[in-house]
Amino acid sequence: MEPTDGQRMSIIVDRSAGSATTERAPVRWLLIAITIAFLSLFLLLPLLEVFVQAFSEGVKVYFAALSDKEALSAIRLTLITAAFAVFFNTIFGICAAWAITNFQFRGKNLLITLIDLPFSVSPVIAGLVFLLLLGSRSPLGSWLSEHGLKIMFATPGLVIATIFVTLPFVARELIPLMQAQGTSEEQAAATLGASGWRTFWHVTLPNIRWGLLYGILLCNARAMGEFGAVSVVSGHIRGMSNTMPLQVEILYNDYHFAAAFAIASLLAFLSFLTLGARSLLERKHGDELAGTRGMA
Amino acid sequence: MTTASSAGWHRSRRALPGLPLTLGITLTYLSLLVLIPLAGLFFRASGLGLSGLWATLTSQRVLHALQLSFGGALVAAALDAVFGAIVAWTLVRYEFPGRRILHSMIDLPFALPTAVAGIALTALYAPNGWLGAPLAKLGINVAYTPIGVILAMTFISLPFAVRTLEPVLADLSKQYEEAAATLGASRLQTVARVVFPAVLPALLTGTALAFARAVGEYGSIIFIAGNLPNVSEIAPLLIMIRLEEFDYAGATAIACAMLVLSFFILLAINALQAWNRRMASA
Repeated sequence: MEPTDGQRMSIIVDRSAGSATTERAPVRWLLIAITIAFLSLFLLLPLLEVFVQAFSEGVKVYFAALSDKEALSAIRLTLITAAFAVFFNTIFGICAAWAITNFQFRGKNLLITLIDLPFSVSPVIAGLVFLLLLGSRSPLGSWLSEHGLKIMFATPGLVIATIFVTLPFVARELIPLMQAQGTSEEQAAATLGASGWRTFWHVTLPNIRWGLLYGILLCNARAMGEFGAVSVVSGHIRGMSNTMPLQVEILYNDYHFAAAFAIASLLAFLSFLTLGARSLLERKHGDELAGTRGMA
Repeated sequence: MTTASSAGWHRSRRALPGLPLTLGITLTYLSLLVLIPLAGLFFRASGLGLSGLWATLTSQRVLHALQLSFGGALVAAALDAVFGAIVAWTLVRYEFPGRRILHSMIDLPFALPTAVAGIALTALYAPNGWLGAPLAKLGINVAYTPIGVILAMTFISLPFAVRTLEPVLADLSKQYEEAAATLGASRLQTVARVVFPAVLPALLTGTALAFARAVGEYGSIIFIAGNLPNVSEIAPLLIMIRLEEFDYAGATAIACAMLVLSFFILLAINALQAWNRRMASA
């Protein structure tokens, strides 16, 4: 790879053309080829497989699988669970970001680490902790069931487990964004006599709206697709507490492959929409998001 | 953070309202949903006693499951680092048709529900699958072996490696590379001695994040793994099996072992990120 003196000279001479900061054409093409081959085989092929398998027994079977009673109930439960998780985690994310970025207090780094914690807890363990805390064998769980509140193996349990798993998304997007924007505009509003709510609605929210949408998008995608945690707390009651990913597992294990992939294709389509909306946001409002500053 | 001088912070503390409300909500929410439930897990585990914990954790099956989850995640994270670096470099530095689409596809494993990824990978790499059949002819069985576990782990955590590296590569000023070339360094020398040290903290952080994700992963693995005890059974699945047997103590012990190990990984990630920031601001 050691260039000859002649090449070295031309590198120096051609510096303005950019040859000093890129690789020679063969290396470049090799890397591009590896990237395209790797991503196609590794990422695109599994996605393609979902749709091919979903339609493997024909369009009729596909739509029959999606309009099945249990499938519809799973779709409904997934939407409800995700709506609750997104709602609560959005309020939490805004509060956490407001407190962390507008004020100085002790233990702030510890607080940020705590917010991140659910990311490094296995989803199965997330389900387990709520089963131990709220299940029928725990003091709290038996007290709740005596008062007619069923949480485990029911919708509230699914919602709580999903909230845990998706807790960091909105906060993690808003904190760096609001830190980068600073507090000068909020201070100006407050100095002019605006109340806290007014300052938030008319000054902060317009500044963070795209970042907020971005966080909600990711939170929603993860909430709808969550599997491990809800698998523990659902108890697998058919048609009662199954979300779409759980329904996929049940159908797959019963060898109803086409039906399993049909529901999977719906979820895959959903993640497609998420990715599309995400890259649209990055392209149109990249300078108003936290993670993408400086990206092409 | 550029405008937040110390004077500004001081003023903001007096001028902006809402600290008690927002901090109160934040702390209550975190306590109810994260701190108390996790503390409950460790409280349960302490009820087992050290000897009980030790007996559960040192059984052959549990040890193997932990070994596969952590060892497999290590291999997967290393693979993610290598391919993630190539992919990030290519996507940031080169212009080619389809670049934009590939760039937005990077997050697919993150957006795709894990169960969907799991059954898709299984269908693809099963002995009669599109990729599984040719691989089987070469004598490589992916599905229902530890290789399948590592494959699913690599798939699911790839975005972490690429996404951590991309912004750092994009921000890297080309003037150092130009200077190195002017001083007579070959391109390989420049990449090895100028570019690589500058992106190393980000590469390590991305790898650590990928590792953390792969260790706890469940949904995408259980379909392709085949789940043979002592062969291809991961720790999260063993927790699930213990729960189905109503052996809550066993499940709790394995979960605690995973959390303690993951905690040290989280510490390492935080140290790496601090190092990363210092490198970036230097």
